Formats: sequence, C-alpha cells, structure tokens
Amino acid sequence: MFQQLFFLLIVRPVVLVVLGLNIRHRERIPIKGPAIVVSNHNSHLDTLVLMTLLPWPLLPRLRPVAAKDYFLRNRILAWFALNIMHIIPLEREIIDRHQDPLAACAEALQNGDILILFPEGSRGDPEQMGTFKSGIAHLAKRHPDVPIAPIFLHGLGKALPKGEAVLVPFFCDVFIGESIGWSGDRTSFMTSLEQGIKALAEEGYKPAWE
Amino acid sequence: MLSHITPSVLTALGGVFGILVVASLIAALLKRLHPDKNYTELIQRIRSWWIMIGIFSGAILLSRTASILFFAFVSFLALKEYLSLIPTRRADRRVLFWAYAAIPFQYYWVHEQWYGMFIIFIPVYLFLLLPMRMVIIGETKEFLRAAGTLHWGLMTMVFSLSHAAFFLVLDGARNPAGGGAGLVLYLIFLTQFNDVAQYVWGKLTGRHKIIPKVSPNKTWEGFLGGVGTTTALAMVLAPHLTPLTLVESVGAGLLIALGGFIGDVTISALKRDIGVKDSGSLLPGHGGILDRIDSLTYAAPLLFHFVYYLHY
Repeated sequence: MFQQLFFLLIVRPVVLVVLGLNIRHRERIPIKGPAIVVSNHNSHLDTLVLMTLLPWPLLPRLRPVAAKDYFLRNRILAWFALNIMHIIPLEREIIDRHQDPLAACAEALQNGDILILFPEGSRGDPEQMGTFKSGIAHLAKRHPDVPIAPIFLHGLGKALPKGEAVLVPFFCDVFIGESIGWSGDRTSFMTSLEQGIKALAEEGYKPAWE
Repeated sequence: MLSHITPSVLTALGGVFGILVVASLIAALLKRLHPDKNYTELIQRIRSWWIMIGIFSGAILLSRTASILFFAFVSFLALKEYLSLIPTRRADRRVLFWAYAAIPFQYYWVHEQWYGMFIIFIPVYLFLLLPMRMVIIGETKEFLRAAGTLHWGLMTMVFSLSHAAFFLVLDGARNPAGGGAGLVLYLIFLTQFNDVAQYVWGKLTGRHKIIPKVSPNKTWEGFLGGVGTTTALAMVLAPHLTPLTLVESVGAGLLIALGGFIGDVTISALKRDIGVKDSGSLLPGHGGILDRIDSLTYAAPLLFHFVYYLHY
C-alpha cells in the first residue's frame, strides 16, 4: 500500500516526467517471475528506474539486492529500504563462512520474485562501468532456469551521481538486452553478461561528460 | 468557462481536428489499399499529432494559465532534450540546475504580463548569472564552450518559445476577432502547416537542393511551395484570428514560412554536428521534441515582435 503510493505519487512522476526514459527493446523486459534483472550502476535512481520499467502489477514482487551496511545503517533508512523498496540486504563482506550470503536471494527466486542486481557492487564513478563481482554467477548456477535480463542505463549518473543531493533533469537511456541463462561455467557466464551490457552500451550515442 | 476564447478560435480548433480526422482516414485508406506497404511511421506520426493537438487544445480551452503552463512544460522538455544531447561538464551540474530554474521564472513574468522583465530576464540576467556561477565552481577547462552552449540552449528553448506564450496575455481589446489565444493558434498552426507544406511540395516537385550540407532533403521547390501556401493561408486566417491587415498578413506569412525553415535547419545543423538523426524518442514518428518545435524557435519571436510592433 505505502509502496504503491510512493511509486505512484513520487517515483513515477520523477522518473517519467522530471527525467524521461528513452527505452530500446521494451519487448525484452521480463513480464513474470522468477527472473533476475542486471544492470550497470551509477545512481540511486537506477533502482527506481528499473522498478518503474517492470510491469506495475509486479511491483510487490520486485526485490532490489542492496548493501546491508549502507541501507540498514540507521532505523529510518532501514524502514524505508525494507518496507517501501523491499530490498534484500546483502553482506558485502563475508563475516561468517558457515552462513550462505545468497540464501535470501535464492528464497526470493523460489517464491517467484524478480531480483534487481547491480554486479558492480557500488555506484562508483559517475557514468563509468566498473568490473562485475561474481555473486551473480553463484545465483545463476543455483537457478539455471531463471532468465537473466541485462540492462544498460545511461544518464542517471549525470542526473544524480554519488555524493550529490540535487537532482538535475536529463533524459536517460534504458537499453534492454536478450535474457541469458547459466552457461555451465563461471568465467564464460560472467563474460557473456558483461559483454551483453557493453554491447548495449555501444548501441547508443553518449555525449561527452567530463 | 470559455470566456477567454472567441468563436473564431473555437472554429479554428474545430478545423484542426477536422484535418486530423481526414489525415487519419487517408492513412487508414492507404493501409487498406496497399497492405504490402509499411505505413507504421505515418500512422505513428498521426497518432502523435492527435496527442499533441489534444493536449494543446485542452490547455487553450481550459484557461490562460493552463496555456502558459503548457508552453512552460514544452520549454522544459526541449531544454532537457537539448542538455541531454550536447556535451556538458560534470562540474556544471549546479549551473544546469539554475538554467532549468529559469523556466518557471520566465513563464511567471509572462503570466504577470511583465513585458520588461520577460524581454530581458534571459538575455541579460541569466546571460550574466550562469557564467558567474561557473566561475564560482572554478572549472576553466572548456569554460567558453560550456557557457556558450548553455546560453544558446536557454535562448532557443526557453526565451524564444516563451514568446508564443506572451501572445496569450496581450490586450484582448486590440484583437477582438481572436484574442490572445487567436494569435497563438495562428502562430502554431501556420508554423506546423508550413513544415508539412514544405515537405509535401518537396516530395512532389523537389529537384534543386537548397542547403545540402545541412539538410540534404530540403529543396528550393519545397521551400518556395511552402512559403507560397503558408502565406496564402496566413492571409485567409488573419482577419479571424489576428489584428493584422491584409498587407500585414502577407508579411506575417512570409516571416512564419521563412523563420520556420531557418529554425528547422538550425536544429538540423545541431543534430548533424552531434551526429544523431533524431533529437530524441519522445514523439513516435516525429523523433524528439526538438524535431517538432525546431521551426517555432524562430517563428515565435519573429511573429511576436512583428505583431507587437504593429498593434500593441
């Protein structure tokens, strides 16, 4: 209920009117769970854009996987992250070797949820793509039938980069790739995922921003 | 509710919707006659026209304030598309924010009928303010390019377009036939009509390229055919929508047709410089918002000052 109101009254107007999306290959967006949506990460807006992109009835099933140390660092943010954004908190550093850090993700996929995942691990430098962490490969191996949709986002790091509080409107590119699945081998899987997003990045025109 | 609208404006709006109905019927007929041909772009284009004209007419009929807000929103979309298209500097994020913030101010001056402020706010105050803000941030690399491109964008997308909105607040008593809305309709309809007329004349008779380096599809035949048709229509519509005399309406028609053409090729030059075909994807079948309002960026201020000098 709160989530629906928040997305209807704040997120959608900001994403669709203040920003505005230039979407390519809309037909490739997953329309049912379980599925994993993977994209490059430059801004807090990334999650909101991806959650706006997926069909509205799926909203309660969308689970952004987000850093526990960052989003659960105080009570207000934790309440918002867990109850409005429905995040799955992830330990960035493995503390207990006997605990499975991906257990909550696996459970969500079994429930038919859609995970939203940023394999770069953090937002990093604006509009620069960092290397992908291989956690996504563990998940894909465990759930070989779950489709993984690579998405390339551009412009959100200009609109609201890390460390900035003022949103400056820009039209943003959202290019959706063909879904892939587990390839049987970690290296080849990670390569095809990274190449998938890089190939999407090549599709568009990106003005200089320095 | 419709006290701000004269009967002839209502008739003109009705006429525009009539044209849309005819265009939709022709597209449907073409599709039926040639099922093997692809009319997707034409159909998308007409559908986008329905939406644009629907929103525009709704705003015009609703109230003067709604109409001003409509133009402010168009300026916002245009400036956003422009700034998303051109190279910008990371250091200038806050400066761009102030450029956007100029939009509500500029249209507020329009709403308050404060002509003196309306006419100098962007050319003087913003022109002086934004480079100062850049200097405070302190990034000097590419300073001139950043200051120049930003001001060009504000002048084109906000200052020029806001002239269309200022028609709305001109003294209605001097234009009993059409009022403020009549002049806006006259401007917008003739500018868009001129685009279509130049395109159709060019398709049917075009041979001699007019400006091949910038816009290879534009021909002298298309240009002159458009100028002739638009001017003729400007003379027919003037007594119903504007205070212009017959002779003045010839000048208005020429200004709109010529200005529209120059605005169009100016935005083409911008796109060619950057290396894109369409300025965006906001309007299916048309491209981006700049692809649609390019002609207005010249036609609006030119027609405004012509009419303002002669009658207000």
